[in-house]
Amino acid sequence: MAVSSNIVVRIEDLHKRYGNEEVLKGVSFTVRQGEALAIIGPSGTGKSTLLRCINRLTEPDRGRIWLEDTEITSPQTDINAIRQQIGFVFQDFNLFAHLTALDNVRLGLLKVKRLSKREATERAMQELARVGLAEHAEKYPAQLSGGQQQRVSIARALAMDPKLMLFDEPTSALDPELIGEVLQVMQDLAEEGMTMVVVTHEMGFARSVCDEVIFMEKGVIVEQGPPQQVFVNPKQPRTRQFLGKISELYGGT
Amino acid sequence: MLEKLRLVWESLPLLLQGAIVTLELTVSLLLVGLVLGVLVALGQVYGPRPLAMLMSAYERFFRAMPILVLLIVVNFGLAFVANTYQWDWLRLPTFAVAVLVFGLHSSAYQSQIFRGAIQAIKPGQLLAARALGMTRLQAIRYITLPQALRLAIPGWSNEYSGVLKDTSFAFAIGVTELARQGWQIATRTREMFLIFITVALIYLVLTYLGTWLLELVERRVSVPGLAGQRREEHGRVI
Repeated sequence: MAVSSNIVVRIEDLHKRYGNEEVLKGVSFTVRQGEALAIIGPSGTGKSTLLRCINRLTEPDRGRIWLEDTEITSPQTDINAIRQQIGFVFQDFNLFAHLTALDNVRLGLLKVKRLSKREATERAMQELARVGLAEHAEKYPAQLSGGQQQRVSIARALAMDPKLMLFDEPTSALDPELIGEVLQVMQDLAEEGMTMVVVTHEMGFARSVCDEVIFMEKGVIVEQGPPQQVFVNPKQPRTRQFLGKISELYGGT
Repeated sequence: MLEKLRLVWESLPLLLQGAIVTLELTVSLLLVGLVLGVLVALGQVYGPRPLAMLMSAYERFFRAMPILVLLIVVNFGLAFVANTYQWDWLRLPTFAVAVLVFGLHSSAYQSQIFRGAIQAIKPGQLLAARALGMTRLQAIRYITLPQALRLAIPGWSNEYSGVLKDTSFAFAIGVTELARQGWQIATRTREMFLIFITVALIYLVLTYLGTWLLELVERRVSVPGLAGQRREEHGRVI
């Protein structure tokens, strides 16, 4: 799917500090429509914080973020209206424990989008089918595997018809044999042209599915470019070092 | 012997009348305590610091008060104020005073049942709700409350059996509930032991029925992975 020149997200000079620790030290980048952007880097370098700042689950200290023409960081913005347009997938799924898979996907449609029950059910079932879980609609989260739970959470986000999907290490909490089914769903999404930002340690996914890769460390972007460049010919020694360590650990990327 | 059984039999209508008052009082106070208790717990967990502190002060105050003292102070306090200022609307029936005082007292205890239940819910679920665009209130209503109320049932059942018996203190301000009915019959007939054994049995039945009913509710609303299945799951492990 081609990446268009329309910019969906623009981030300018984002800063965030927790106590004495500056987690984000001026991060700027843009995401174009249809683009799949991977953010990689060592743990604790602000990748998740960055992602949460985009829909203001975490309030940034400084800097501005736009979703298309709306400034997300403006105090006048209705943040709940913005969040409806941004899907968020969490590392540990965060499914609603008291609701079936169907109700997990349907809740936002009913209570936030105010669809009728019939419309919401129809839409929710479509999304569950899209992630391959239609036959598990009546199961509760505790009755699903980690991979299935994560796919439900992706369906829950997709049902809201987002302009942008944010993935925060979506496979990090999964058993190795369950990672593939989640990555497959994400790959399908990318191929359908969904605009997405993925914080991940899955280098294979970043390399083969994403259009652009950002390597982040200690709160700044160290290197950014197409995967071919970042993975094959990294310009920064730190990037090379990090990728070297990763391939040592996982036996090649 | 037969004579004594006959006395018990003849006392039953009055005792059951008292038991109904006891049940009415228990259900009313539990509902008042439920609403206030949930609000106090929400304030303690989700409220800004000053509100949380205020809620904690409220909860500690009522937990520190002996229920009998509270009943007497409020009952006579209200009557005194009503007389002094000629506020007739403040002349509440003793049953209403009892519901109010027991309700406030129970809300303090119930708040801690709910606080524990709310804090047992992973905050990530609220984050997910907010990420969908829900307001704080929507997240509390659709995510926190349905789970917290389920998790609270076992503790709530305990509260039911506790306050059911506490209501006998309403005796002191003149509510004719089960214990007072028993007392009146016992002094009239001079069969203290016999009548109070009967009263005790009625309390036993009421406690048993109530907790059994709540167990049914608990099972009825149980969700896999949440409260209700726990017994089976624990049994399998140990």
